[in-house]
Amino acid sequence: MLTNVDSAAFAVFLALFILVTGMGFVASRWRKPETLAHLDEWGLGGRKFGTWITWFLVGGDFYTAYTVIAVPALVYAVGAYGFFALPYTIIVYPFVFAVMPVLWKVAKERGYVTAGDVVRGAYGSRGLELAVAATGVLATMPYIALQLIGMEVAIKALGLHGEVPLVLAFLVLALYTYSSGLRAPALIAFVKDIMIYIVVIAAIAIVPSKLGGYGAIFTAADAAFAAKGAGGILLSPAQIVPYASLALGSALAAFMYPHTLTGIFASSGGNTIRKNAMMLPAYTLLLGLLALLGYMGHAAGLKLASNNDVVPELFKTLFPSWFAGFAFAAIAIGALVPAAVMSIGAANLFTRNFWKVWVDPKVTPAGEAKVAKITSMLVKVGALLAILLMPTQFALDLQLLGGLWILQTLPALVFGLYLNWFSSPALLAGWAVGLAGGSWLAWSDGLKPLHSIDFGAGKVAIYTGLLALALNIVVAVVVNLALKRMPQQRLSREAA
Amino acid sequence: MVRLLLLLPFIGLMIVPFYNIREPHLFGFPFFYWYQLAWVPLTSLLTYIVYRSVRRAD
Repeated sequence: MLTNVDSAAFAVFLALFILVTGMGFVASRWRKPETLAHLDEWGLGGRKFGTWITWFLVGGDFYTAYTVIAVPALVYAVGAYGFFALPYTIIVYPFVFAVMPVLWKVAKERGYVTAGDVVRGAYGSRGLELAVAATGVLATMPYIALQLIGMEVAIKALGLHGEVPLVLAFLVLALYTYSSGLRAPALIAFVKDIMIYIVVIAAIAIVPSKLGGYGAIFTAADAAFAAKGAGGILLSPAQIVPYASLALGSALAAFMYPHTLTGIFASSGGNTIRKNAMMLPAYTLLLGLLALLGYMGHAAGLKLASNNDVVPELFKTLFPSWFAGFAFAAIAIGALVPAAVMSIGAANLFTRNFWKVWVDPKVTPAGEAKVAKITSMLVKVGALLAILLMPTQFALDLQLLGGLWILQTLPALVFGLYLNWFSSPALLAGWAVGLAGGSWLAWSDGLKPLHSIDFGAGKVAIYTGLLALALNIVVAVVVNLALKRMPQQRLSREAA
Repeated sequence: MVRLLLLLPFIGLMIVPFYNIREPHLFGFPFFYWYQLAWVPLTSLLTYIVYRSVRRAD
């Protein structure tokens, strides 16, 4: 288990890991509430997180460890196309600015904790509530598994082998999330985000000087793609619509997830969210520069067994071992924050929109907190088992479908904030058709996120999630129109 | 009306053929890269302008 471990790197890694573990447990006493045995406290940190805490929490939660590994890996593999994460994480913020303060206000006034609560409040439909909640849980599970993959890559880069370190790290995470709730990831996010900032700033400042500057890095990447005969530092004509539609679809889906919504609901107010929509793009700048590590991998002439190794290998090759250890710790700790918030978001959904509705309607606030704590534990164990027992590709495929699924909850969650026109059967029909149709398209395309449509003038590939959303909205509108006509016809017949 | 400024990043980033080019370079970055990176501070700025006009709303 301990072959090829660099002692300096390992010492730095271990020290930081112990630090955040301590913080995770101490967090239960941070901004101490009267009781943690209430979902508003355990699951939303008291809805009192101000601008800075929200910035660190949402930033730590949305830009995940897997992102740090996978975006540069995709850029390394395919080039410009992998950069769709950049427009995606820019246009998401005007959307957050416009929509999320409205959602927060509704949630605060009526005591809602989840998207399912909001939908039930708006439409009074148990069916739609269950649909939205179940979609949230299903889409989140593979996302947690992805964080484990990110952590696995960091632990492996450190030279540790076998599954024991991963299992230990995750059990520790499960324990402090159980005891401290959302306060734990919120507090750890400070450390995680500062570490990631240090790592990325060091990389973008120091690596180019070792590789001959940014111009040389782009030239090297260009040459590598030309030699490979695939990919490139610009998009091919066929990649243009996929690029734009993936960016748009991902941006619309991003804040429908339980973990991002939890960060929104936990904030102290509309202006906190608006200020964050202004300040969170700092992380996007970081992500854009981080993506360039993929090209730096080409410039450094790395030989990789797997694309996911590009970031760790770059740090091992170009930095002293203690700093590589720091970088790997940043990635591993970076997995803890989103994994914790995701499991809390999923647990909140299960408790409020399944347990309380279908199992125990008379559950007390303390009982709710208890159910959520246990659920958060089970969700994490489930994700861990999925990673240990099933092929990695399974989690990646499910995560892809998860993005498509969660996007189908947008009409139910968002339209009701502005319009009083849709009825719950129409939205439920749209959700079902979007979800089933989208999954079927993705399945028939070999679980690729793009679907080709023939417009007569040649085929154009579009992000399947966006197609499914369009189908969803069309069905919802048509069913709603049909439902509105029916009673009128009956009335006019009775009048005649 | 100021809120319409929030649509600019969508327009600027969805017109992919406009920026899918190499020249002009800036600090060694092809246009494709620095154009998109430039939208990050620009979006923050636009959001700030809108924020100033709506922050008293609630």
